[in-house]
Amino acid sequence: MIDVCNLSKAFGDHLVLDGINERIEKGEKVVIVGPSGSGKSTFLRCLNLLEQPTGGEIFFEGQNITDPKTNINLIRRKMGMVFQQFNLFPHLTVKKNITLAPVTLGICSQQEADEKAMALLERIGLVEKANAYPRQLSGGQQQRIAIVRALAMNPDVMLFDEPTSALDPEMVGEVLEVMKELAQDGMTMVVVTHEMGFAREVATRVLFMDEGQIKEQAPPSEFFNNPQHPRLKEFLNKVL
Amino acid sequence: MMNFFYGIWDSFYYAFFEAQRWKFYLGGLKNTLFMSVVACIIGVVIGLVLAILKVSANSLSKPRGRRTLGGWLIRVGSGFADLYTTVIRGTPLLVQLLILYYGVFKTAPKEYAMWVAGLSFGINSGAYVCEIIRAGIQSIDRGQTEAGRSLGLNARQTMQLVVLPQAVKNILPTIFNEFITLLKETSVAGYIALTDLTRAGDVVRSRVWTITPLVISGLIYLILVILLTKVQGVLERRLGASDRRL
Repeated sequence: MIDVCNLSKAFGDHLVLDGINERIEKGEKVVIVGPSGSGKSTFLRCLNLLEQPTGGEIFFEGQNITDPKTNINLIRRKMGMVFQQFNLFPHLTVKKNITLAPVTLGICSQQEADEKAMALLERIGLVEKANAYPRQLSGGQQQRIAIVRALAMNPDVMLFDEPTSALDPEMVGEVLEVMKELAQDGMTMVVVTHEMGFAREVATRVLFMDEGQIKEQAPPSEFFNNPQHPRLKEFLNKVL
Repeated sequence: MMNFFYGIWDSFYYAFFEAQRWKFYLGGLKNTLFMSVVACIIGVVIGLVLAILKVSANSLSKPRGRRTLGGWLIRVGSGFADLYTTVIRGTPLLVQLLILYYGVFKTAPKEYAMWVAGLSFGINSGAYVCEIIRAGIQSIDRGQTEAGRSLGLNARQTMQLVVLPQAVKNILPTIFNEFITLLKETSVAGYIALTDLTRAGDVVRSRVWTITPLVISGLIYLILVILLTKVQGVLERRLGASDRRL
């Protein structure tokens, strides 16, 4: 589904991603872990070109998205993204947040979008917040809404950029719960996170990034119980 | 004490009602308002376009964005916007007005002088409005743009539906400040023989030989500014709806 060939990204002289090759299949739940500054968020943000790679190519469903001729806006419709800081639109109600993109892009009518939004809110138990504004909600509620806002576009893959890092500890669970349900429904997911429990439980594959490279990858049981790379061993010692 | 107030009243009566002088002020007020509204509209249009050019150029950091025609146009436009704000903010309004009136529009019929003045003030205001709007847009967190783009909205849709509506709230106080300044600065129109509110007061002053007419003009400006401030308050409250917590 996503093919990454020799991807690199430099900010000035600083090489953040150093020739990454990776393939993500449909239905996979790939969790990316690693120390801060290892390039994992940059890698994720390159996948939908929120960061423009400085080298290499990315293919999504067979299309080269790094080709300047590709209409990235059409590609992004199929790639949902959830941010660390939620990034809900504070001037719009929850329902409007969810329906803005599908309606603006002519994918469905306002009424269809409203119905879909309510169904999605039902799923995360926040129907009564449909007409509230984001600032009136807790961080956990905002992040769950940010997830369904992305889902409203019917994406083929969901990208999560440290979705629980900005949350108070007691709200992490409710967001991870929604993500787990999403995984069970068969969504292809790429998740950058520090939640090792989530990685262990949900991931089909865990990647360890360090110094702009994927240093090791394995299914979670092997990844956590039998790490090979010395940097990964060191990392796991610190975080587990 | 009473004599003092009678004295003021007499002076006011003489400067305002006597010989239907209030018509002077009214005429001046009309001209001042006309020039202000024309300038305000021109200023906001110029300012908005230039501000969006400047902001768009900033977000064109992608190496692959440079090769497109649109990217090139934005770069050129942004360069022009920088030049524009530098020159316009760097020279006095009066100099700009005189150059426009005696130079560019030398051959224009005299009855269009009011339009020339409005245009001149609008060109001037546009430079300030540009900086106000640019700062307003840049005060919105980058994450908002990223969220909009990640949903598949294009740059224009994101600007229009996500960034600008939020920026307006931040822009409002400073842009009303600009409108207030603009309203009062139209008084330099007297230099090209237009009878605005200030000039009207001055004409009456030369008849009655007191400063009362100028005080009257001043009071009318003051009332206009207070009204503008009220409008600002109403707008701020309305736009603040999403800030309220339950």
